[in-house]
Amino acid sequence: MDLPMNPNAQPASFGAQAADGAGGTAGQFITCTLDAAEFGIDIMAVREIKGWTETTAIPHAPSWIRGVINLRGVIVPILDLRARFGMAATSATPMHVVVIIQIGARLAGLLVDAVSDIIDVAPGEVRPVPEMGAQAPECLLSGLVPLERGMVALVSLDALLNFGEEVLAMPATLNA
Amino acid sequence: MSFDHLRATYFEESAELLESAYAQLSDLAEGREDGETVHALFRAIHSIKGGGGAFGFDRLVRLAHGMETLLDLLREGTLPLDAAQVALLLRGADALADLLAAERGGTAVAAGFEDALMQAFRIAAEAPAGAPRVVAAPATAAPVDLPEGWRIDFRPRPELFRNANEPLLLVRQLQRLGPVTVTADLTRLPPLERMEAEDAYLDWHFVLQAAVPRGSVEEVFEFVADDCELTISPIAAEVVAEADTPQEAAPAEIAPVAAQAVAATTPQAAAASQPAAQSMRVDVQKIDRLVNLVGEMVIGQAMLVQHAGSLPPDLCPGLTAGLETLSQHLRELQEGVMSIRTQPVKSVFSRMPRLVRELSAQLGKDVRLVVTGESTEIDKTVVEQLADPLTHLLRNALDHGIETPDQREAAGKPRQGTVHLSAAQRSGRIVIELSDDGRGIDRARVLARARERGLVAPDAVLSESEIDELIFLPSFSTAATVSAVSGRGVGMDVVRRNIQALGGRIALESRFGSGSRFLLSLPLTLAVLDGLVVSVGREAYILPIAAIVESLRPRPEDIHAVVGRGDVLSIRGAYIPLLPLHRHFAVPEAEADPSRGIVVIVETDHAGQLGLLVDDLVGQQQVVVKSLEANYGRVEGIGGATILGDGRVALILDIPGLGLGQGRVAASAPRSPATPSALQ
Amino acid sequence: MAKRVMTVDDSRTMREMVAFTLRKAGFEVSEAADGKLALAALQAAPVDVVITDLNMPNMDGVALIRALRADPRMRATPILMLTTESEASKKAEGKSAGATGWLVKPFDPEKLIDVVKRVAG
Repeated sequence: MDLPMNPNAQPASFGAQAADGAGGTAGQFITCTLDAAEFGIDIMAVREIKGWTETTAIPHAPSWIRGVINLRGVIVPILDLRARFGMAATSATPMHVVVIIQIGARLAGLLVDAVSDIIDVAPGEVRPVPEMGAQAPECLLSGLVPLERGMVALVSLDALLNFGEEVLAMPATLNA
Repeated sequence: MSFDHLRATYFEESAELLESAYAQLSDLAEGREDGETVHALFRAIHSIKGGGGAFGFDRLVRLAHGMETLLDLLREGTLPLDAAQVALLLRGADALADLLAAERGGTAVAAGFEDALMQAFRIAAEAPAGAPRVVAAPATAAPVDLPEGWRIDFRPRPELFRNANEPLLLVRQLQRLGPVTVTADLTRLPPLERMEAEDAYLDWHFVLQAAVPRGSVEEVFEFVADDCELTISPIAAEVVAEADTPQEAAPAEIAPVAAQAVAATTPQAAAASQPAAQSMRVDVQKIDRLVNLVGEMVIGQAMLVQHAGSLPPDLCPGLTAGLETLSQHLRELQEGVMSIRTQPVKSVFSRMPRLVRELSAQLGKDVRLVVTGESTEIDKTVVEQLADPLTHLLRNALDHGIETPDQREAAGKPRQGTVHLSAAQRSGRIVIELSDDGRGIDRARVLARARERGLVAPDAVLSESEIDELIFLPSFSTAATVSAVSGRGVGMDVVRRNIQALGGRIALESRFGSGSRFLLSLPLTLAVLDGLVVSVGREAYILPIAAIVESLRPRPEDIHAVVGRGDVLSIRGAYIPLLPLHRHFAVPEAEADPSRGIVVIVETDHAGQLGLLVDDLVGQQQVVVKSLEANYGRVEGIGGATILGDGRVALILDIPGLGLGQGRVAASAPRSPATPSALQ
Repeated sequence: MAKRVMTVDDSRTMREMVAFTLRKAGFEVSEAADGKLALAALQAAPVDVVITDLNMPNMDGVALIRALRADPRMRATPILMLTTESEASKKAEGKSAGATGWLVKPFDPEKLIDVVKRVAG
């Protein structure tokens, strides 16, 4: 990937992404791994991190929705982050980790391989995500942070949780 | 707290007040009133007026005032109360309701809407001759030239202090107008031994150096004007005719205050220790949080019981007993918390008399509505959602059920038709009954219509109750049922769907020529549901018990494949479409052979009865309904979720919504009727 | 210390309006829905000013005023009647029962604050 290294030379679209709610790009991020890739989740949105437990499947759900769990009495959907990014579904084991996030009043769990680190990111360190087409999983990212050990992709939690319409796109009903 | 909040409070309270006003008016109409009824009615209208004035709802205030004037005469007995006045007051209440609704919704009510009514109130109130009128004295125009100041002579009567008035405060108030010179006049001061500690003896002379209107000075003494001799004279103008004649000193009413105080202490203390039935307003969200928490406790308790069950019974004998006690207390706690959410059905029943009045006028019918059991309580949400179905049923009863007075007379019935609306609690459910003594259902016509529409096979033989069921089919409406009142759009199928959405059922009993009776059976609460847990593959689903007709393990020869429609189950001569849940919800590793699984027959509205194929029945239990929508979204065929004893989530099926994805199934197959007996 | 005022009215709207207005002006306001409840509450904890409606169920305003005046602790508590123009005779009755002053409904918020300050000192 060819990234502009001059922080002042950011394309206009980056500003819009940076302003994008709780997925704002500066601050502390929890990083988690999916295979070799490392992703950053805004720490302000993280409610808790727990081990994987079996989910209850939801009919007609997209493949990357693993189902729902009972989080102290609240029904919370679990997203398979690997599947969401277009890779194969995770074969989850008790060693896998679920990061519970909250955007607005909405709770969701993200299934990842492991949580690795907490990083501080200054606004100037965030690089824009290269355009890969609207359908690409990259539109679920809000920026990239180059670290010595490699690249951390910051997840746009707003975009990630914005699955209402997809979920509602059910087999046609006679409701109308 | 904000102005909007105050407005909201006002509308909420006014709705409650109107509701009670309707109740009192109906008591008056039925001759059930007691001495308090008219007073309570007056207070209700008065309060609506008072608040309305504060918000500047002038038309509403004028109308309420008109009603109040009439009510005032009625409550004083100046005017005798008759049916015409009750009817007039009812119209007034209706109009108030409309004006309130308009103010609340920010819509406009046509100008002159209430004029005729106002006129009617005026005429009614003017009937008695010489009713005392309080005529406000026209305010005298303030003199244009203000004097330089005022000299005020203030001679309080001894009892000034009884009303907690205080010359010092008057001085302070005067000082706000300008510099004041105060002189105390001690001439009336008695010798010490004759002095009453609570009497006022000092006279005061004030000189106020401020060019203010006389009114401003008078305002300072507004509350004491009756308790003193007051002279206010301008300083600059030497010669001014004293317009203010001092108040003539009325004989002082010197009450034996001290004795009274002693005597009164005891009864008041009693009153304090025995407060009237109190109520308080609580945010619904707070209640819901409690309901949820109790739900959590029920789940937690279920988990404990499950774990305890897997222990050797003699390991810890106290545990079982302790858990049992806990369960019982929890059940009581749950009932207690649920009861906070309940509300009398009165709030929806009370809207019905107006509907009946308006409709009977419109239809030229004479109908009496008898309401009973309105204090029966039911979940607030259920109450709110009952209004539409009930309104619809009532419209139907008046439009199609009750005949015109002439028709009724010809049929040997009283000219006035009667509609009964009642509510009662029966074995954990609320049963609402709406019956009329009208013409009943013309089954021959219903059947003919159903055949015509292809809803029933031409050769099918249907029982009376099966025919009655036909009117609940989607878009079933006989030509005769279309009218301006009932309209064409909404059918009984929607009523049934609304009721089912509340976890309820509706059934109809009718006798041609003598009337119809609708029975609605509703759960006490929506937060808890009686469910049947079924397993499909590794998943568990909850079927609401209310929707279940029966469950059975079918014999292989009862399953028939119908091309393009999937399998049907033949049961007692009827064919019921089968819906394999594992296929519908794409659940792997489930039983696909109906004869090796269990079929649960449920009642849907769009597809009639439906046989749900599941692997096995796990058990029946009360479940706490949780929202799936809050964090995920709506899922077709799923009404919510719950948490099972092992902590896992199970989805609750939305039976009325289940048939939707199926399309119309076996429309020409004769249906097995919904059994009204299931209502009990 | 903030002056304490109790508003007594069977109309919740009216109570809340009075409370709202006075709280904004820095008063500490409690509410009661009728005379009986007010009396019970006041006997437990007196206030600096009472504002009462006249026409109420259980115990009306005049009876409340009488009862308060009969209690030595509240003999000197200013009591304001909240009346409507149509209640002229009631007003006189309230006055002779011991009311300090009156306000006419619907009230002007500034006037309310002004009058409460006037009687509260």
